[in-house]
Amino acid sequence: MGQYTTDFGSIQSYKKGGVTAIDDDPKRYVFSNMFEVASKSAPYDRVAVAKNFEYVIESAKAEGESAWFSAAHDEFVVSMDGKVRVDFIKLDDPDALVDPESEGAVKLAGTPDGTNMGYVVLGRGHMAMLPVGAAYRFSAAETCTIIIQSIDGAVTQHKWAQFCQQ
Amino acid sequence: MAMKESALAGTDQGISNPRGLPITGTFAVNPADNITGYKSFQAGSFKFHRDEYFCYVTTPSGVHVMPADAFLRALMRDVAWGFFYGTVNFDQVFGTTNYYGEVDMFLGAMNEAYTDAGRDFVERFKADKLMDVFKQMISDWTNEGYDPFAAPMETGVPWGIKNGDNDDAVSRERVTARRMVGLPGDTPVRTDANGYPVNRMFADVPQDQPEVHAEPGFEHEVSAFNLFAYLSRSDVTWNPSVCSVVKDSLFCPTSEEYILPVEHGNDRCEWFIQLTDEITWNVKDGLTGRPRAVINMKAGDCCCMPADIRHQGFSAKRSMLLVWENGSPKVPELIRQGLAPQVAVEF
Repeated sequence: MGQYTTDFGSIQSYKKGGVTAIDDDPKRYVFSNMFEVASKSAPYDRVAVAKNFEYVIESAKAEGESAWFSAAHDEFVVSMDGKVRVDFIKLDDPDALVDPESEGAVKLAGTPDGTNMGYVVLGRGHMAMLPVGAAYRFSAAETCTIIIQSIDGAVTQHKWAQFCQQ
Repeated sequence: MAMKESALAGTDQGISNPRGLPITGTFAVNPADNITGYKSFQAGSFKFHRDEYFCYVTTPSGVHVMPADAFLRALMRDVAWGFFYGTVNFDQVFGTTNYYGEVDMFLGAMNEAYTDAGRDFVERFKADKLMDVFKQMISDWTNEGYDPFAAPMETGVPWGIKNGDNDDAVSRERVTARRMVGLPGDTPVRTDANGYPVNRMFADVPQDQPEVHAEPGFEHEVSAFNLFAYLSRSDVTWNPSVCSVVKDSLFCPTSEEYILPVEHGNDRCEWFIQLTDEITWNVKDGLTGRPRAVINMKAGDCCCMPADIRHQGFSAKRSMLLVWENGSPKVPELIRQGLAPQVAVEF
């Protein structure tokens, strides 16, 4: 081990920076902290912490088991601070569950019909693909934070005024 | 940083030209100087030469001098990023503005004092022609043992007369995953075996890999990798690489140490997600260079640079930063039409 200590941050322990305005409005920088957002959200609420045109990055608290989700495009998840399992089902009829022209994730009712694809178990800093045509479900024995690279959609929550520096 | 492929590929139609400048087509690469051994270069009325310590940009409105290390680090990014999104300010005086197919090169045009005094000078070039000169310049002016992509404490020195080259370093190809790093046939993960040891400042970053239990036939879809370990093994600083792709949404994480070698003048909103450690950003007005804000980002912080500013980051300890880009080809046209938002989210 060297002389340097990497500061990862976590939902249990994070420090938040901020915007010091000189001649500007801090709101223009849309400044928030993903751990704070996750800590104040219900499990698996997918709250946007970044938005660029139609694209979003969502922060979510991983705690217990989520519903099944799917999307008409790839998505990606990063576990920021803990252990998260992601189960996958290859959908028998993905178009019946998710409009193939739609964008963003869709929360599915119950367990969808399809073939078991397997699962991954992510630790801190691990990234997994959430592939198009599949449904996925998160589960975490201990509370942690995930971020999801996706597109603004039905499950994306926008709480900018609640979490961003004013 | 995802602009490289498209930055040089604009067409004559629809290229923004706010100054109404004609294309300058004169370029020259002059023989090596008898004393320093360095070649000199010319693009239009801009003349470039270097000596043991400094690089000089000479224009009809004056001469600008930069330390060789700062100039080469900035030039390296301008080359590697294909003139990037918007403006690459080498410092507060000299730089380039990308119009995606054509480039304005300027002295003082983004500096309020220069423009007020009428001392600014701008010429316009075909991007691929100017890039050719820049590539020859970074190759000739980089000496053996000096890597302008590396943190200052991890490389040799740029000083002195011409002494070999380091073309392997200055011609690195930017890493661009097509779908996600680690997928079969996509960009491989970094390991000791393929030449990417863990950086000294990330020695404490766990190198474990996720558990992947793919059922037979789904190995190409059930996939995961250790992003933090991947970033801990980056051999460059301030040089994002594409790690995952959702249509035009590009996750471009990078490792940062010391100072972003340019003041990047945005032409679009750009998101930063601080994955580890801490970066401080000095933010200035994009056109004038007047200070606008100072932003301190710690692990987990999310922040968007507006489209009308320039920014420069400072990272005392090597940190991991997720630069999030929208590489949609529709964005330059929206910028040209003035329809691209200055701020990513209004609330």
